[in-house]
Amino acid sequence: MEEKIKELRAAIEQASAAVTDKAQLSDFWQKYLSKNGEVAGLTKSLRDVPKEDRPAVGKTINEFKQWAEKEYQTLSEQVEKAALAARNAAETVDITMPAKIRPHGVLHPITLVKNEIIDVFAGMGFEIYEGPEIEDDDHNFTRLNVPKNHPARDMQDTFYVADDIVLRTQTSGGQIRVMDMEKPPIKVLVPGRVFRSDSDATHSPMFHQMEGLVVDKGITLCDLQGMLDKFVQALFGPEVKTRLRPSYFPFTEPSVEVDVSCFECGGKGCPLCKHTGWIEVLGAGVVHHSVLENCGIDPNVYSGFAFGIGIERIAMLKYGINNIGLMFENDLRFLKQFED
Amino acid sequence: MKVPFSWLKQYVDIDVTAQELEDKLFGCGFEVEELIDLGGEISKVVVGVVTECVPQEGTHLHICKVDCGEYGHDIQISTGAPNVYAGMHTAAALDGSTLPGGIKIKAKPLMGVESNGMLCSGEELGLNDDLYPGSEVYGLLDLPKDTVPGTPIQEVVGLDDYIFDISITANRADCQSVLGIAREVSAVLNKPLKMPATDYTTSDFTDPRLSISVEATDLCPRYIGHYVRNITPGESPRWMKRQLALCGLRSISNVVDITNYVMLEIGQPMHAFDMDTLESCQILVRRAKDGEKITTLDEKEFTLTPNNLVICDGSKPVALAGVMGGLNSEIKDTTTQLLFESAKFARDNIRKTARGLGQNTDASSHYEKGISEYTTELGMARALHLIQELGCGEVTSTHFDCSAGAPREGKHFTARISGINAILGITVPTDAILDILNRLQFEVKLEADGDTMQVVAPRWREDIEVGEPDLAEEVIREYGYDHIVPTFLKAATVTSGGLTAEQRAQAKAKRTMCAQGFYEAETLAFYADADLDMLHIAADAPERNVIRILNPISSHLTIMRPLLAPSLLNVVVDNLRKGNAEGRLFELSNIYIPKQQPLTELPEERLHLGFAAWGKDEDFFAVKGAVESFGTAFGVELSVERATDVAWLHPGIAAYILCKGERVGVFGKLANDVTSELKLPKDSRANLNIYLGEIDWVAFHALVPAAVHYQPIPEFAPVQRDLALVAPESMECGTLVTEMQRACKQLTRVELFDIYRGEKLGADKKSMAFSLFFQPGDKALTPDEVDRFVKKILGNLKFKLGIEIRE
Repeated sequence: MEEKIKELRAAIEQASAAVTDKAQLSDFWQKYLSKNGEVAGLTKSLRDVPKEDRPAVGKTINEFKQWAEKEYQTLSEQVEKAALAARNAAETVDITMPAKIRPHGVLHPITLVKNEIIDVFAGMGFEIYEGPEIEDDDHNFTRLNVPKNHPARDMQDTFYVADDIVLRTQTSGGQIRVMDMEKPPIKVLVPGRVFRSDSDATHSPMFHQMEGLVVDKGITLCDLQGMLDKFVQALFGPEVKTRLRPSYFPFTEPSVEVDVSCFECGGKGCPLCKHTGWIEVLGAGVVHHSVLENCGIDPNVYSGFAFGIGIERIAMLKYGINNIGLMFENDLRFLKQFED
Repeated sequence: MKVPFSWLKQYVDIDVTAQELEDKLFGCGFEVEELIDLGGEISKVVVGVVTECVPQEGTHLHICKVDCGEYGHDIQISTGAPNVYAGMHTAAALDGSTLPGGIKIKAKPLMGVESNGMLCSGEELGLNDDLYPGSEVYGLLDLPKDTVPGTPIQEVVGLDDYIFDISITANRADCQSVLGIAREVSAVLNKPLKMPATDYTTSDFTDPRLSISVEATDLCPRYIGHYVRNITPGESPRWMKRQLALCGLRSISNVVDITNYVMLEIGQPMHAFDMDTLESCQILVRRAKDGEKITTLDEKEFTLTPNNLVICDGSKPVALAGVMGGLNSEIKDTTTQLLFESAKFARDNIRKTARGLGQNTDASSHYEKGISEYTTELGMARALHLIQELGCGEVTSTHFDCSAGAPREGKHFTARISGINAILGITVPTDAILDILNRLQFEVKLEADGDTMQVVAPRWREDIEVGEPDLAEEVIREYGYDHIVPTFLKAATVTSGGLTAEQRAQAKAKRTMCAQGFYEAETLAFYADADLDMLHIAADAPERNVIRILNPISSHLTIMRPLLAPSLLNVVVDNLRKGNAEGRLFELSNIYIPKQQPLTELPEERLHLGFAAWGKDEDFFAVKGAVESFGTAFGVELSVERATDVAWLHPGIAAYILCKGERVGVFGKLANDVTSELKLPKDSRANLNIYLGEIDWVAFHALVPAAVHYQPIPEFAPVQRDLALVAPESMECGTLVTEMQRACKQLTRVELFDIYRGEKLGADKKSMAFSLFFQPGDKALTPDEVDRFVKKILGNLKFKLGIEIRE
């Protein structure tokens, strides 16, 4: 029996070395390890062994059987591994070939900047209100302290669609509409299209503004600057600051022009800031008493400030666009540059 | 507003440089748009004394030796000027010098003789006779003999001066003059203001024939007239000519120059009538009669309406009030007696007249911005003073002052120091506030409580309206905005903010379109009728009822758009022209619908979603996919219905978009006849593949469920059966699907997976293969049940449509 096992071991070792695929592996199993295989044959031949030797021989056979099964197991794993490697090799792609893309579109830079500004002020507790683009004289001018004969009407070239109906020249009319609907405390942002009869490299007959209004008790010019500091820092970086200088708007008193320290050069002077270190970004001021009174708000109790931001101007500064016309041309080569 | 530095210095002892003054003015609200250095372009041009002057034989040149002081006492310069002589003091441009216009002068041989520069004429230095007498002579500038060789020429001819070009905000009409700016300079530098002299004496003479009356007091609240006789016409003095010239005006004659000078200095437009031309020695200020005519000084004739104000004599208009005098009463060399006018006219009336007639003048521009009655009084006094100072006439005692009765004091109000500080948010010391207001010539009395002030505003400050806010602005612009300490709403109530549900939905609509490959476009809200023509919109279509702009900026921008599609098509065409052969665009913007014509109330503004897709990879189904996905994003199913009647879309490749059975939009391929007319090269039009669509966002969004409700997930998976049906070629897929679903409510999904056409089927037939998905309810479906469903479906197809299963 010892001899038989030795021979079989040699045969199995030899056969296993020849196995390379699953079919051969299956043959190998059939021949040696199946119910009728040669290893099982050893167990059957145990009957021919003298009874007293059987336990020892049985043990030997068993050990041999375990060895053969283990041999098969190892062989099987090898074959599996080789098969997987072959499949992987066959399926391998050239990863440097062009990608397949279903391109997605992007938002217009005006929308991007508008959203960014809204985000900043929404976080400060501002509601967003959108008024009509075609507006009556009353909201666009008169109740904003610009009566019919006021020279400030000449500051803006107005499009008329009827005697007293205009394409709004400013989002400031939103102030009036909001104060008609709500009483203080008010914090509101009024974004929207505005129209003026003007067209060149820096003017489009239609553009976008964002009006901001805060009305509450005890609001001061210091609060205006503090809030605008936060705003410009959110937009242009934490190191920028604002500068106020006197200006004139009929609906604010005092009125200020707000400059931001140049975010390109840090205020040292560069072409962007025309070597002044400052860039004009918006107009603002303390809400005029007459405007509050026109909306039934007592200026002796409440005060407020308002500001108006030109969205195209901010977008042009932020992205370095030099001609406002590009904003409305919608050349795809332009639009594709504004991944959010 | 142009203000010469030297002129300002007459009223204020300015001890800062022009550049420092520019910064000071900027800080207090007067932006200097340009600080013009008059002699800034000139360098290395000095006084030179011609010590030797020898004609060069055979040429027109003189070879001169010139003493230029520290630059050299014996510089050889050739000149062709005929007026050169030994001993002449003139302007010598040295080697390496520059002249106005960037002209560079270098030493070089002239006719073979070394010339180390150039001797200059007045004009070469940018001068004229008004700026410096003798500048316009033919030849070299002949300077006085007391000029010192080597002195920079600017100092000698008055080019060492600056012009401040100042931008004046619309509220500060009082600063439209040299005096007005001088008042601000006096305040900001804290130096006293030296007022120009306005004293004059009158002769005993009066002319009782003269009369002045104002009929239209609403348009002319103040009219001052003064009779001046024994005019001696002549030239103005040198100082006056120079100052006029610095402001860009040429000297004409003493009397005319006085009117111009007063306008520049005081800000009061003045007019002078030749008395001899005034019929009946009478002046009447009234509205023009309809059709009345006037010819102004510049010989233009205007036909007037009662909206125009005129100054008339006994019979006819002699001036267009506030705009320009009449040719018929013009001051001439022969004028011996005149009537000065200093008046205040209603600013919007002057504006309308000047704009309406296209006749904008310096005078009308001043009146439009606003003149105070103080200025009107001061202007007349100054003009009469100048008449006497120049000795060019007799100021008589005949004086008229017609007033509508406006008060002659400054506005008075009560204000509090604490009120001013409450607006600013900082505490400006009381002394500083009082000092600033005094410097600005407010009369201020602080009451015993140390807080309340009684304030009288200067009469020229008509912009001061409401007290504390105005004073707060005056204080802070002088005190300095850099004193403001930024705070972050320290007293304000906390509020909640953010977008409304509608605004969030709009933002989502944009994101959804982006996700489908569409880029957001932003187009102008107006276009022209031609853009509707481009889309073949019928003349009687509802879209033709548009809002028209009464004063359009261009013939391309005349109507408020009733449809986004033309805007987007223009963008597509523009992109194609630029070589962008494919792309997708959308825009979420308003269209405008009038409620009546002409408009008497605000129109409807309705948000539309327009979209366009073009290029070889686009087809109807690609765009349809985008539309369906858009609906899915909002939780609604968008379906289609054939659209054959949309003028701008292909009748066979267009669909209405249905949401819950309602039409909310339309899309499809651009109509062939529209495509063939696009402004593109002819050969490129043949293969255009453009899809356009427009969704009524308002209608769509109204149908979108406000909130998501969870539906339990079915316990059993759907059962699939495939069917091939033979149908006539004209049969639409949607018809079959509808009939299949109608026959069996468990049929929850039908997918077309193949279409086959072949001889075996016969001509005009197609086989359509569908996968049918049946959704079990609360128990699994048996094969028998599914067989029954299929049988029912086939039965219905045969009965309704005559369709059979493919054998």
